[in-house]
Amino acid sequence: MSDTAHSIPAANDAEYDVLRYRSDFPILSEQVHGKPLVYLDNAASAQKPRQVIDAVRYVYEHEYANVHRGVHYMSEHATEAYEGARTKVRRFINAGHDREIIFTRNSTEAINMVAGTYGRRFLEPGDEIVISVMEHHSNIVPWQMLRDEKGLVLKAAPITDDGELLMDAFKKLLTPRTKLVAITHTSNALGTVTPAAEIVRLAHDVGAKVLLDGSQAVVHSPVDVTALDCDFYVFTGHKLYGPSGVGVLYGKEALLKAMPPYLGGGEMISTVTLAESTWAGLPNKFEAGTPMIAQAIGLGAAIDYVSEIGMERIATYEQDLLLYATQKLSSIPDLKIYGTAPNKAAVISFGLGNAHPHDIATIIDRVGVACRAGHHCAQPLMDRMGVQAMTRASFGLYNTRADADVLVEALEFTQEFLG
Amino acid sequence: MLDDLRELYQEVILDHGKSPRNFRDVEDATAHAHGANPLCGDQLVVYLKVDGDGRIEDVSFVGKGCAISVASASMMTELVKGRTIDEAREMFQRFHEMCTGDDSGANSVLLEDDLEKLNVLSGVRAFPVRVKCATLPWHTLNAAMDGKDEATTEA
Repeated sequence: MSDTAHSIPAANDAEYDVLRYRSDFPILSEQVHGKPLVYLDNAASAQKPRQVIDAVRYVYEHEYANVHRGVHYMSEHATEAYEGARTKVRRFINAGHDREIIFTRNSTEAINMVAGTYGRRFLEPGDEIVISVMEHHSNIVPWQMLRDEKGLVLKAAPITDDGELLMDAFKKLLTPRTKLVAITHTSNALGTVTPAAEIVRLAHDVGAKVLLDGSQAVVHSPVDVTALDCDFYVFTGHKLYGPSGVGVLYGKEALLKAMPPYLGGGEMISTVTLAESTWAGLPNKFEAGTPMIAQAIGLGAAIDYVSEIGMERIATYEQDLLLYATQKLSSIPDLKIYGTAPNKAAVISFGLGNAHPHDIATIIDRVGVACRAGHHCAQPLMDRMGVQAMTRASFGLYNTRADADVLVEALEFTQEFLG
Repeated sequence: MLDDLRELYQEVILDHGKSPRNFRDVEDATAHAHGANPLCGDQLVVYLKVDGDGRIEDVSFVGKGCAISVASASMMTELVKGRTIDEAREMFQRFHEMCTGDDSGANSVLLEDDLEKLNVLSGVRAFPVRVKCATLPWHTLNAAMDGKDEATTEA
């Protein structure tokens, strides 16, 4: 350990037993290219604890059948487990009712669902949508498609060089024609945590609804949709240590009730005749077809897992790690960190001299370090920061200072290797 | 473990990556194409000047990319300059086969004669996700020769 390791006091949480948590994640004992895996690509997808893996296995071994249909034992139990997962999600983000929680495939589908139902039904030509330049493509493209279909105006709020939302500029973008504000709660590329509650308040002042993309936010700190007062909140399960294939759309009940269904099919109807159909109540109206049963139950197990550790404690632990890793990385000559907002999650994107991120990621992979390189599905942000691509190290609840040390060594090796 | 890495990033590649040859535009180009790898955002433009006999009089590129793609583009321009369009197409085919070919020793396809120099890029075979970095410049050249504006690794 270098001097910096000692100059930053470790988070004062003796109970945060990171080694025990690490042992819950079987994949962390894997070796890659003969080296212990140092997994720093959590913002792309997080690894799964045994508790989640076991929960999914348990469903298939002990309580699997289709949900909401059978009168038989298995269907009843599967339905109970599936709806139990919905309750866990509701508590996790402090929503008012289970019926405000819609299971989707992922955040992308959740955003498309809002665009395709709320947007199609309630937005009129000339209406305005405000996003920011640091959105993930999944919170840009659906709105561009809706804009083109409905003749809307799409505006993007700018950010500072540090990656903070420029709130004055954001305010100026809001007009009586602003019908929807769709903004990230935490940037996937820069880690910036946006002032979501203030965004919601300002947007509501002009009568706009607000969708927050919480894909990165829910994994790093507690989220309370009731306190935020947002109208929609989306996140995905696989970044929250849960299975892939399940995500969540939270929507205020009155809005979800007013919105037309997204997909038509089984499960989402009340009655069907050959002439017409009537819709089921919430949340089933938005869950056509057989849902992602085991994945949703697995997400419930992931929520149990992080809740048992405590999101506040995870946040505190990760902030310590962020501070440590930032200081260590800053000591590397020619390393530039993108995203230096005071309020940010444990995500560090950087450039290293003239080295291309792909070369960096390939080289550090050979010493066991998994980082993402590329545009991070945020090309407008890359343009704003004046780069084509970045390398990103993103931390999770099981990462350690030692992981940051290995990253730094790997980057020093990269510099040497590329000469 | 690091042997693969040294095989991928041979001195020649690092040299071309840092000081690419023919890294400029051609003012009186007869064709050009834009190449993009949507996976990473890498972009380049290949310029071609072809004379009346179908011979590549001048060829160049500009853009941003990783060491592999820049080195591949740089070496490509050196090799196809002075060749005919048909010859360049054939070279692309041979190079493509080498990059995507079998990696195992005995069956390993290596290039001979005029393309022998490109064997330094054969290290990509051990890095499947990097194959496209090496082939993007050639796809782009091919597009320019076909009179197309755009090339992508995802076509």
